[in-house]
Amino acid sequence: MGNVTEQVLQQIVNGLSLGSIYALVALGYTMVYGIIKLINFAHGDVMMVGAYAGWFATTTLHLSFIPALLIAMVVSAILGVLIERIAYKPLRNATRIASLITAIGVSFFLEYGGMLVVSPQMRTYPPVFPDTIWNVGGIIIKYGDIVMILTSIILMILLHVIVKYSKIGKAMRAVSFDNEAALLMGINVNNTISATFAIGSALAAAAGVLMGVYFNTINPLMGIIPGLKAFVAAVLGGIGIIPGAMVGGFFLGLTESFVSGLGASTWRDAVAFLILILVLIIKPSGLFGKNIREKV
Amino acid sequence: MLVLEDVNVYYGAIHALKGISLEVNQGEIVTLIGSNGAGKSTSLKTISGLLRPKDGKVMFKGADLASIAPQTIVAQGISQVPEGRRVFANMTVIENLELGAYLRKDKSGIKEDMKRVYELFPRLLERKNQLSGTLSGGEQQMLAMGRALMSKPQLLLLDEPSMGLAPILVKQIFSIIKEINASGTTILLVEQNAHMALSIANRAYVLETGKIVLSGDAKQLAASEEVRKAYLGG
Ligand SMILES: Nc1ncnc2c1ncn2[C@@H]1O[C@H](COP(=O)(O)OP(=O)(O)OP(=O)(O)O)[C@@H](O)[C@H]1O
Ligand SMILES: [Mg+2]
Repeated sequence: MGNVTEQVLQQIVNGLSLGSIYALVALGYTMVYGIIKLINFAHGDVMMVGAYAGWFATTTLHLSFIPALLIAMVVSAILGVLIERIAYKPLRNATRIASLITAIGVSFFLEYGGMLVVSPQMRTYPPVFPDTIWNVGGIIIKYGDIVMILTSIILMILLHVIVKYSKIGKAMRAVSFDNEAALLMGINVNNTISATFAIGSALAAAAGVLMGVYFNTINPLMGIIPGLKAFVAAVLGGIGIIPGAMVGGFFLGLTESFVSGLGASTWRDAVAFLILILVLIIKPSGLFGKNIREKV
Repeated sequence: MLVLEDVNVYYGAIHALKGISLEVNQGEIVTLIGSNGAGKSTSLKTISGLLRPKDGKVMFKGADLASIAPQTIVAQGISQVPEGRRVFANMTVIENLELGAYLRKDKSGIKEDMKRVYELFPRLLERKNQLSGTLSGGEQQMLAMGRALMSKPQLLLLDEPSMGLAPILVKQIFSIIKEINASGTTILLVEQNAHMALSIANRAYVLETGKIVLSGDAKQLAASEEVRKAYLGG
């Protein structure tokens, strides 16, 4: 009996760690979708670039976790802004499918361009944290778990404050609700979109560094699967809705670790998608999706 | 203050404004009336920089607005209350008003103007923390007007403020428009409710399928046979 409780708590710890990565990446998907209605399929690769920036900072520059994290966030933020300006902005009035295909192109560019620049070989993150492990009544909690969960929670609180209270956050909400009305307020829509890409990409970079630290190895294709999963998380929560992405991310992480915990780890992706399909059948706009009240 | 000269605007192949010229002088209330699809909203969108004229001039205080970004046009003192209100329904009344003052940095001035908006529209003060999507149509109109005033415009463009409102509310809104004008804001008012619009305007233009067909003193137009027949129901 006690064994079952232990197992459950253990999977909660694992699931929250994994979920915090999905949540951070899902936020970028959802924010970008909210503002320009584009599924930015290159988002997972922006995360990968962040992971490499963090790796570079910790190995070559011998920096510790927090400065490496910040550098990675800045690098990816700049990359995100460049991608938007160069690849997506010229297509803003084009069909959705054109932008979508461009996003897939950008994704390939980053993956295979990345291979060219940093070589396809795996890289190992140096141990930035003590490999302390706590055994709390049979539940194994790694130092990395704590850092992962704490970092993502801090970043999410920060994001919430920015979106809710800052001027740029209000502009982001205004543009995503009604772009033309936002223009009439004097909001610079282009800059607001750039800021959205910057913030979303920075969060993805944080996820990339956390992944590197947690799983130790990184490679140029590391963004694909977590990127897809985070996309699922964003849709699960209701694409375009920020709290939805957070909940969707943790939900997915927990589901996966429970399925793995039941000894069915080969099924975990199938289960994740099954849940997505079920949610979308019952609630097509996602868990947090409202019946969109269009401009009155 | 505002001069449109031979302005042509297209939506793809659709020629929506066919060489429009009009003028709004400082301190006036000028109304632009016309039936559905005449090009009234198109005119206001062109002035705000949301649409670009193919040719012709849009001049504000002597400067050409043709290649200026919408946010710069707001900064120069033109603010618009768009058709259908377009309030940010997912934000509170206060947040909407704050967005109206987006380009301003004078915190104390913003505070003062917010107070003034609440004086004009006491309803908004009562509902300041309410999500604006839950406001009634009339309240949303008040909010859209308040929001536009928050940028401290010299010229206020109003697109069918009476749309969908009960007659008593229409009266109230129009008396507030007069009040706004009396305190120094020039107004260009687009309306289908020609009767009300002509009653508060100094001058008027009549737009028909993209062309100005009549213009002149509002009182005289209201009395004229053509306008009575076409827009005032006989
Ligand atoms: N986005 C658009 N694409 C194509 N045509 C448009 C577009 N917007 C307006 N039009 C056309 O331009 C013409 C003028 O439209 P506009 O909205 O300016 O009319 P309006 O005078 O404001 O009418 P209403 O009183 O119904 O608001 C109409 O024939 C309309 O069909
Ligand atoms: Mg109109």
